[in-house]
Amino acid sequence: MAIAKSKRKTNKSQLLPYLYLLPAFLVMGVITFYPLIYQVIVSFTNFETKHLLLGLKSPELEFVGFKNYIDIFTAALPVENFNFFRVLEFNFWWALSNVILHVPAGVLIATILNTEGLWLKRIYRALYILPVVVPPLVVAVVWTNIFDERYGAMNQLLAIIGGWFGNTDPVFIRWFEDVKPPIPGFLPGAPLTLAYYAMMIANFWLGWPFMSVVATGALQSIPKDLYEAAEIDGATGIQQFWNITVPLLRPAMIPAAVYGFTLSFNLFNFVFFMTGGGPARSTELLVTFAYNLVRNLRWYGVAAAFAVIIFAVALVVFLITNRITRATQNYQEG
Amino acid sequence: MNTSGQTSGRNLPLWRQLLLQIVCLAILASVMFPIMYIVTLSFSSKTTRPSQLELIPKEISFVAYQQVLDRPTANPITFPELLKNSFLLSAGVGVVALLIAVSAAYAFSRFKFKLREVLMVLVFIPLLMPAVGLSTPLYLLMNQIQVKECKDKSIAIQPFMTCEDGKGKLKFNLRDSLWGVGIAMTASALPFAVWNLKGYLDTIPKELEEAAAIDGADANQTFWQIVIPLAMPQLAVTFFLGFIGHWQEFVLTWLFLSQPEDYTLAMTLYNMTGQYANSVPWNRFAAMAVIVALPVAVVYIALQKQIVGGITSGAVKG
Repeated sequence: MAIAKSKRKTNKSQLLPYLYLLPAFLVMGVITFYPLIYQVIVSFTNFETKHLLLGLKSPELEFVGFKNYIDIFTAALPVENFNFFRVLEFNFWWALSNVILHVPAGVLIATILNTEGLWLKRIYRALYILPVVVPPLVVAVVWTNIFDERYGAMNQLLAIIGGWFGNTDPVFIRWFEDVKPPIPGFLPGAPLTLAYYAMMIANFWLGWPFMSVVATGALQSIPKDLYEAAEIDGATGIQQFWNITVPLLRPAMIPAAVYGFTLSFNLFNFVFFMTGGGPARSTELLVTFAYNLVRNLRWYGVAAAFAVIIFAVALVVFLITNRITRATQNYQEG
Repeated sequence: MNTSGQTSGRNLPLWRQLLLQIVCLAILASVMFPIMYIVTLSFSSKTTRPSQLELIPKEISFVAYQQVLDRPTANPITFPELLKNSFLLSAGVGVVALLIAVSAAYAFSRFKFKLREVLMVLVFIPLLMPAVGLSTPLYLLMNQIQVKECKDKSIAIQPFMTCEDGKGKLKFNLRDSLWGVGIAMTASALPFAVWNLKGYLDTIPKELEEAAAIDGADANQTFWQIVIPLAMPQLAVTFFLGFIGHWQEFVLTWLFLSQPEDYTLAMTLYNMTGQYANSVPWNRFAAMAVIVALPVAVVYIALQKQIVGGITSGAVKG
């Protein structure tokens, strides 16, 4: 009797986690997984605007097999300057190069602000967070203005700096139109135009403050004794930084870097408004191109295939980043 | 320069203090530059695009703010209505996502079960999947759900019922409503909430729950009486993060909504840029930008420690 009861209890407790997950999966079933399956089916058809009314029940809807996928991969779409692998490479490079700049800058500035006895520390900390809270749309509009060819602050600033070196010509750099990469061959296969550098500068402004806040939190949790002991042993400030600060920041900064990577990877609003993917699609991300396919070109079949490809890319990115963050966990434990 | 992050208790020499102050002020200037640009513009009475850079307002004029508050768009929708739509949409999505997410986060954080890994990947992948990728099927799905008034004044809810003549006057279309957009936004809000809450729950020590179990509490009681109260601060932060995200959302709203009375603040701001940008007075755009950004900025600054803690703790354990 007692045994039977305990057995029933185990059965119930095995079911319990699934019960807790039920609401989420019911909702996601309708609004995430159903659309995803729908996209997979549509991706094998020639779905266009005229099929929107009846959806998959449209009589003229044709199954075209892998045509949409092949068209995307072989750049056979009648879209100018589109090459899937170039966009993919650029997308990864964009996310990676952002994180590579944001994390060290954030750590460095957090370290400066953590100096004991620094005046106005709190005010700096409060104001440095401001870029994070401005809506991306506003950020993009402001920075587009800063890089304006005629009136933009960046060209004016460069003209002033040029003046110090005896260059009196006004600067008219066409940040968003110039298709010639300033550093040829920097990223083989995906030329980086001036627009990329302009976006990097603007996104740097947007990105480092978050990393700096994360680093500040982690810095404050490092025990002071460690530095005192290092000082007694005769370690210099720089040695302390590399041997104490950096290793102890790692567990906090790696997840933040992963978060930053995924955020930059899909940074739709910002890229869409600053460059719209141009010039000549040199700054197109997977997301902005997907949006173009749906919103402007209205090739729903191709767009669905593209969405499925993005999904596959996202899965790979997720599995890799998950590995990386797990590594941190082991680091902490060991 | 001492880069170790901590000086061990001694005073900072003056030359080093001054050097660091110069560095900090330079950083501050670069941070404030774009912000001052938009703020200055919003206080200007001139409607044209500035040909010269001004970073400190020469005049303080509230004309732009007044105009935006009086008549934000060319459509007959008032500012309070826009504010109401934005607020209801963001808060509604935030609350619904939170309620559904918290139990899922608890399951992932506390239970070991067979499909745990697979289900977690399924929940988290949409995080990396842009909302645009799912927008077409959601659009079609919700476009099917319509309420129509038939000739004989009866009400038909499609797709479950249709009017006898197959037609009818459209009363409500789920797709073209704040409800529909809200549902579409939940698709991306939910995975984020689960991720964020799960990370936090992982950091709550298990001892409390084990003590409760010894006292005879079952899993449900532990969940409601111990875990939920402990997670309250993080619930607030997760709600707020969802709220900000949707407060600024304009892609889905723009794709789904067609009635001016459903417009939100972010949509109005978006409407002022892009193809109509040349006809929009710059000072009004700037004023609108400040209005949209300000409430979010204030709460973000107040809660920044908790927000950052939440995001990073969410990522520590996959």
